[in-house]
Amino acid sequence: MTLAFTQARLRAMLPAISLVAVLIPILVMQPAVMSYFGSSLLLNLAVPIVLATLAQLAIITVNDLDLSIGPFVSLVACIGATLLVKTPWLGALALAGCVLAYAAVGALIELRQIPSIVVTLGLSFVWSGLAIVLLPSPGGTSPTWLGAAMNYQTPFIAAPIVWSVLIAIIGHLLLMRSSAGVRVRGAGGNPRAMRRFGWSLVRSKATLYGVAGVFGVLSGLSLLGLTTSADANLALRYTLLSIAAVILGGGEFVGGRVSVIGAVLGAITLTLAASFLAFLNISSDWQVGMQGAILIVVLSLRVLLQRGERR
Amino acid sequence: MNTIADNNGSAWSRIKAIQAPWAWSFVGAVLVWFAIVAIFGFGIASNVAQTALTYGVFMVLVGLGQMLVITSGVGNIDLSVPSTIALAGVVGMHVMGGVNGNIVLGVAAALGVGIAIGLANYALIRMLRIPPIIATLSSSFIIQSIAITQGRQLPPPPPGLGAFATGRFLDVPYIALVALALSIALAVLLHRAVYGRRLSAIGQNARAAWLAGVDVHRTRCLAYVMSSMIASLTALLIAATSGGASLDMGVEYMLISIAVVVIGGTLVAGGKATIAGVWGASMFLFLTNAVLNAVGADAGVRSIVYGVLIIAVTVAAGGKAAR
Repeated sequence: MTLAFTQARLRAMLPAISLVAVLIPILVMQPAVMSYFGSSLLLNLAVPIVLATLAQLAIITVNDLDLSIGPFVSLVACIGATLLVKTPWLGALALAGCVLAYAAVGALIELRQIPSIVVTLGLSFVWSGLAIVLLPSPGGTSPTWLGAAMNYQTPFIAAPIVWSVLIAIIGHLLLMRSSAGVRVRGAGGNPRAMRRFGWSLVRSKATLYGVAGVFGVLSGLSLLGLTTSADANLALRYTLLSIAAVILGGGEFVGGRVSVIGAVLGAITLTLAASFLAFLNISSDWQVGMQGAILIVVLSLRVLLQRGERR
Repeated sequence: MNTIADNNGSAWSRIKAIQAPWAWSFVGAVLVWFAIVAIFGFGIASNVAQTALTYGVFMVLVGLGQMLVITSGVGNIDLSVPSTIALAGVVGMHVMGGVNGNIVLGVAAALGVGIAIGLANYALIRMLRIPPIIATLSSSFIIQSIAITQGRQLPPPPPGLGAFATGRFLDVPYIALVALALSIALAVLLHRAVYGRRLSAIGQNARAAWLAGVDVHRTRCLAYVMSSMIASLTALLIAATSGGASLDMGVEYMLISIAVVVIGGTLVAGGKATIAGVWGASMFLFLTNAVLNAVGADAGVRSIVYGVLIIAVTVAAGGKAAR
């Protein structure tokens, strides 16, 4: 009994453990990483990845998968770099339209009972296409307020860490502690029961897709604030990165079993893993491969712990 | 699913039930082709059809592999297709070394790469119990890295293979004939062999199939292996057609392979495959692309049209009734 309890706890701790496992070798190799400046350099790109991961998490909560978040984040960055600079009201309207489109797609998926993978696959073509139409070649500028916000220096602890913690806490409170959060998680955990209770699944799904859209917009804007120019292919890798981060953070593909804090830790782990490999002086040929290997190792750890849980 | 009601229904409803999934993509392809004839004249249209039978056929091939995997049940998907294409192309070109005499050896090596990748993919899914989308994604990272390390100083494809890739028989490219032969073989496998019944069974209800004595894991594993083997074969054909293998020659086929399967009418939830649909959808997408190119639409607009098509087809087809 006690063993099972600790196993379950270990499993909940796994995202934190994998983060530490990546962090410690980095600290040993490059102690300067501990400093304010070092940590802000290292985690600079974590904020947009964390936000994109939470967008993905919202979708995974209702047992769906979003293959379009990467192109969507790129599109948002392109809107931010063009419309939002030239005609701010039009840019804001376009971003609001994107969020509404996301919510509408969520409702459509539930109404027609169609697979989310395919619909979001189609959406990814649409977002990419719109981004290319808006910004055929890399360029544009970041709105000044956005750059200022992303370069804001927080006291004592580097800004990316502060932002990530804040996002994790707010997300956790919204999804895990609020009654609306329980309701939408229920839509993933036991849709049939939720429907019998009289809750609209269409509304739940539309809400979560809308939330995903909001996080996607935030991710795109924060990315633009960091890079100061946009490109239609800017964030394509976010799709797979965000799915991996959610799973790394202890999320399950079915059953509404997700963890906001775990997902944020997962996203930071994956951000660090790239630097970790760079510090190891691994030939650039193998960097992508090592990321795959890290993913496999962490996931196999999880399986081992799950087995212990069942015993 | 469609047993009693259809048997009692009129002949028309039976025909509709049989034809509906794949016929639409063919109708679409034919309509688009007639549009090309109407706008640009017959000469250009027949040229476009010729190109479709080469470049559209690559879409057919990767789609056939993906179709097998998707049919093996909910959530099964092979994201390692692009990296498999990269690695098999690289290995195949190295083994052939630009010499005609080594073509057979090179094909065998590429297929061997495909078998190894398929087995590795399924081992990850089975032993780590991770969802196929993550398993094939992780393995694709590793495969891509291996391909990068092997991808330097690649010899060109042997002249014999190049000639085969551009050769024609009665105006039909050999490549299209290869795909046709493969499709017929798969059709026999799916509709006339025990394996096909098993694949459908595990796709519809893996547990029921298991209770009925089907070896779920072996059946599913074979689907992944065949998908990787077909991707490897495609890699050689692409390399031969384009005068050499490159590491990114498979990139676009990840999304396309899924798109042609879905538009073709294969059930995304698994259990029902349609080979003809993959052909129809590939031709439809290729010809649509050609029309958009011809009228001067840029890459962005083409992408939007692709996406809207995929969504529209899915929404129109609908899904399973709510349970």
